[in-house]
Amino acid sequence: MFSSLMGWIDARFPATKLWEEHISKYYAPKNFNFWYFFGSLALLVLVLQIVTGIFLTMHYKPDAALAFASVEYIMRDVEWGWLIRYLHSTGASAFFVVIYLHMFRGIMYGSYKKPRELVWLFGMFLYMALMAEAFMGYLLPWGQMSFWGAQVIISLFGAIPFIGDQLALWIRGDFVVADATLNRFFAFHVIAVPLVILGLVVAHIIALHEVGSNNPDGVDIKKFKDKDGIPLDGIPFHPYYTVKDIVGVTVFLFIFSLVLFYAPEMDGWFLENANFVPADPLKTPLHIAPVWYFTPFYAILRAVPSIAGSSFPGVVAMGLSIVFLFLLPWLDRSPVRSIRYRGIYFRTALVLFVISFLGLGFLGTQPVTPIYTLLSRIFSIIYFAFFVLMPIYTSLDKDKPVPERVTFK
Amino acid sequence: MSHTVDNSKRRFLTTAASVVVGGAGAAAVAVPFVLSMLPSAKARAAGAPVQIDISKLEIGQLITVEWRGKPVWVLNRSSESLLTLPKLNDRLADPQSDTSSQQPAYCQNVNRSIRDHIVVLVGICTHLGCSPTYRPELAPADLGPEWKGGFFCPCHGSRYDLSGRVFKNMPAPKNLVVPPYHFLGDNNVVIGEDAQGAA
Repeated sequence: MFSSLMGWIDARFPATKLWEEHISKYYAPKNFNFWYFFGSLALLVLVLQIVTGIFLTMHYKPDAALAFASVEYIMRDVEWGWLIRYLHSTGASAFFVVIYLHMFRGIMYGSYKKPRELVWLFGMFLYMALMAEAFMGYLLPWGQMSFWGAQVIISLFGAIPFIGDQLALWIRGDFVVADATLNRFFAFHVIAVPLVILGLVVAHIIALHEVGSNNPDGVDIKKFKDKDGIPLDGIPFHPYYTVKDIVGVTVFLFIFSLVLFYAPEMDGWFLENANFVPADPLKTPLHIAPVWYFTPFYAILRAVPSIAGSSFPGVVAMGLSIVFLFLLPWLDRSPVRSIRYRGIYFRTALVLFVISFLGLGFLGTQPVTPIYTLLSRIFSIIYFAFFVLMPIYTSLDKDKPVPERVTFK
Repeated sequence: MSHTVDNSKRRFLTTAASVVVGGAGAAAVAVPFVLSMLPSAKARAAGAPVQIDISKLEIGQLITVEWRGKPVWVLNRSSESLLTLPKLNDRLADPQSDTSSQQPAYCQNVNRSIRDHIVVLVGICTHLGCSPTYRPELAPADLGPEWKGGFFCPCHGSRYDLSGRVFKNMPAPKNLVVPPYHFLGDNNVVIGEDAQGAA
């Protein structure tokens, strides 16, 4: 009965073919470890954000006069509204937690290297779309931090020579951040950017399944196949990794629920205190800081002084800090993928990079003082040195011999 | 006359022509969508001048009014602070207000104002658009012993003096903007309009 139904469908739509190619006969390396949870967790959070987002739009009003009150209405008067709203706001931070760990995994195991350059590039575009999505979403509650955060970030575009002022005006749709800005950010946040994200997720996964997954040893499992053409070190994604990922999902949901139910504002880290005051265009809060996931880039922006009467250099530095990530596949000259077999130079550089990224992330949350500015400059230099010097130190590095097959028995 | 036809060239020309014509059409259709995001007629009309009464403005007092959605400060400076302002010149980025976009021609003077004591400034940092804080006190702990009163931007630490002139080596590149304004009688300031009328 079922097989004849599937036969009917398969003659018209490649359901079985898709299932086998991407799930039941997609052979992934058998040595995946802890770091391989975060791709599927990112998908889970994406679904969570879309579902909670749809229900929030049923009550939210994208109008400068009504927005703040409508969020409070969701929190107080809508049945279970507080839960849906906190799921969405906690989900935003959780998204960046899993994405940063997912990206770090890629850097650690060389997953951006040939032949996975496009997997990496699609992933980087996804990261940028996610940043745009988070930034625009943060304006919608129309609190003080929403307003002034948007004012600062849109002004970044105003620093571009010649076209800047006109461009910032076009983005805002008014002379300052106003109702027009809120209304269009709502449109981008609920439909335009999510469509882009979904498209990129599909491209990211298709590209990955075309070339096959990397693994903690960074070796190519397709070199050794059995007589049926199945990699000797590969196991089908389903049931092996679907079951493994369920364990990851369970642990993730434990932690997520702890934050959701006991500390949804995370003491000002997930929902900043100033955002519980309605937006006031005449008064900047005494201390402005973006939400934690943007602070490393914000610290780089602040570390660069204005040059020749223009704040453009800081904006360029912040842009470059993300552009360099895109270029990783071509900056890294070492033939070895995994950190397990790489030499001391790359290992040291990666440790320094992580320290400077976390350091910048902390400094971006702090007020400006001379000592913090000096530290931001030092960490920014280390951040950029990691990329700029990479072709040199990865060429000189003394890598270890890479095994033929994965080391996991 | 030959019957051989260069098909690849034909194919190239039809493809190129289709791309050019289709591209031009797509660009033309994009124009209304792109322009729809500019400030609407309503937003552009909202920029009417604002009139305020300064008869009760004490020395050292600052009031904030809204003009085109932006905070505009009117500050009554003391005679002492006017005397200290020229002494800061060598620590400022543009002490003579040479950047003409930052003030109307009639305010390009020592005090950046029409009347010496009254200064009118758009309260938006020229760095990234935060609104700086008025800090009139002398040498407070957080701003250091050299502080003679002025404006401090909490976002990125830019410092301005009481004329809105920016100090050297700050994130902010330019002095605060002086909007067009004029006095109406002794006690009224009209912000957003020159003495001649036009904004």
